[in-house]
Amino acid sequence: MISGRIKALLYLVILAAGIWAPFEYPAYTFQIALLWLMIVFALTWDILGGQMGYNSLGNIFFFGAGMYVCSVAQIGLYYDVAEYTAHFGAVKVDFTMGQYFTGLFVGLGLAALVSVVAAVIFGWIVFGLRGPYFAIGTLGVAIAAGELIGAWDYVGGGGGITLPSFPGDPEDRSNLFYFLNFALAIVTFLFVRWLYSTRFGLALNAIRDDEQKAEGMGIHTKRYKTIAWSIAAFFLGISGGIFGNMTGFIEPLEVAFPTVTFGIFMVLMVLLGGKGTLWGPVIGAVVFHVIKELTWTYLLGWQWVALGALIIIIVVYFQQGIVGWMMEQWPSMFGIVVEDKSEQAKEEAA
Amino acid sequence: MNNSVIEVTDVSKSFGGVVANRNISLTVPDGEITGLIGPNGSGKTTLFNSIVGYHPIDQGSIKFEGQEISDLNVQQIARLGLLRTFQQTRIYGKMDCVKNMLISVPHRKAKWSDMFTDYSAEDLEKAEHLLDFVGLYSKRKLLSGDLSFGQQKLLEFAMALMNEPKVLLLDEPTAGINPTLINGLIDRLLRANADFGITLLVIEHNMRVIMNLARHMYCLAHGELLASGAPEEIQNDQRVIDAYLGAH
Repeated sequence: MISGRIKALLYLVILAAGIWAPFEYPAYTFQIALLWLMIVFALTWDILGGQMGYNSLGNIFFFGAGMYVCSVAQIGLYYDVAEYTAHFGAVKVDFTMGQYFTGLFVGLGLAALVSVVAAVIFGWIVFGLRGPYFAIGTLGVAIAAGELIGAWDYVGGGGGITLPSFPGDPEDRSNLFYFLNFALAIVTFLFVRWLYSTRFGLALNAIRDDEQKAEGMGIHTKRYKTIAWSIAAFFLGISGGIFGNMTGFIEPLEVAFPTVTFGIFMVLMVLLGGKGTLWGPVIGAVVFHVIKELTWTYLLGWQWVALGALIIIIVVYFQQGIVGWMMEQWPSMFGIVVEDKSEQAKEEAA
Repeated sequence: MNNSVIEVTDVSKSFGGVVANRNISLTVPDGEITGLIGPNGSGKTTLFNSIVGYHPIDQGSIKFEGQEISDLNVQQIARLGLLRTFQQTRIYGKMDCVKNMLISVPHRKAKWSDMFTDYSAEDLEKAEHLLDFVGLYSKRKLLSGDLSFGQQKLLEFAMALMNEPKVLLLDEPTAGINPTLINGLIDRLLRANADFGITLLVIEHNMRVIMNLARHMYCLAHGELLASGAPEEIQNDQRVIDAYLGAH
């Protein structure tokens, strides 16, 4: 097992690097902020996909829902939303610092709340589905949401919403959203780490290994599944609200409900890092983000081909992921006990 | 019988045109071991599934401690204290044995807040004690999926005991188990009944096993109740012998 002191040191290094990075590399603040967002994506996807064995393709729904709820709340607190969106950003509304931050934090709170409520409602429907049907059912929810928002003029329809501009220095703005993403990633990580140490974690694993058995033993499976999805929705809703403000402009298909980019990245990062592990999603997110940024920079035009190749390689040759592979190589480091065959033979002989 | 814990009355169940159970009535007396035998395909497992709520029944009534349970689902029935094990073992393969045991604590007592608590020292002690009881203590840290089939069956039995059921339905507990281990298993089943006070209803093909266990037996054939009585009576019943030899 990795000792507690090394772990504490590791956490400290990550924390320090996260705080130091935007000041050292101000040109890359957005990219690094995006990395923290990817970690939130991977960690929340793994709650269901890895720990509970329910492969959702629709988690991006909560990201988009949170984004829209947050934006509408920010505007709606001080302005008529329909009028604001009808002018496609041509209305120049100057928010004071106080108004901006009140709107932002009320918006993020509402984003989390509405996402959780949506998770409970949709959970009621989609948790009747198993295996591939669950994946397709959840994907349907995300795609439908994007189309519905696109047809809804009150929130700008397909034209989207330009978010209130930050009343201050642009550098402060980029640092603000960097640190919101950073804090969210850290809190999400600490939360799931705690969650997996309680009996909630064991119940999720039991559902993953044999749901019928879990039902037969009287575990409240529906309750666990719904709460697990709500937890993912809570963090994703907040991340959506932050990301909408970070980009400054939101629209339904590419930014809020991007099922084929962010929606698939979530799954891919977890598979790459090792699903059903605590660190797998984090490592997968970092490696994936670096690969993605490199291909987008040096293989522009071929980036989607490179990404497709990566998907095939992971799915065909590397299903266990990085951390899963490490567990196979050095099980004792992860506290896994493997039976010593020679000892077993001795026992049987005796 | 006044002290019967399970009362099955006139239960029928068909799948499409196949009648798996026809007008079956039986009772399981509280605190005893009851056997259920019958040739392959006679409807034993279907009856088990009906009792624990895996599928709705077409007609009849199933009562547990006087309460009608034929309209409850699997989880609700399990939380009442009526549990079953499977013919094919079902354990949580990617978790170690201790974790398999810990998640099997009785959920009828679980409050909402319990979802986010850790396990108590008593739970852990009980888990290890029961693993010791079935002879798996030395394997407790291994992933349960790495155990042999027989060991997984023992683990599944220990998980059932961890759940503190009032009644345990065992579907062929000795099938696939090494013959030298069967005596140990019979002994443990008898102790689970005597020491923990768990009523058992056992499906079993191995006549030697069921004769050693059950006080009372039921025999099914072609989905119908063929005979019932003490083990010796059943063993010598010409209809039962015919059913097993295919004369029926």
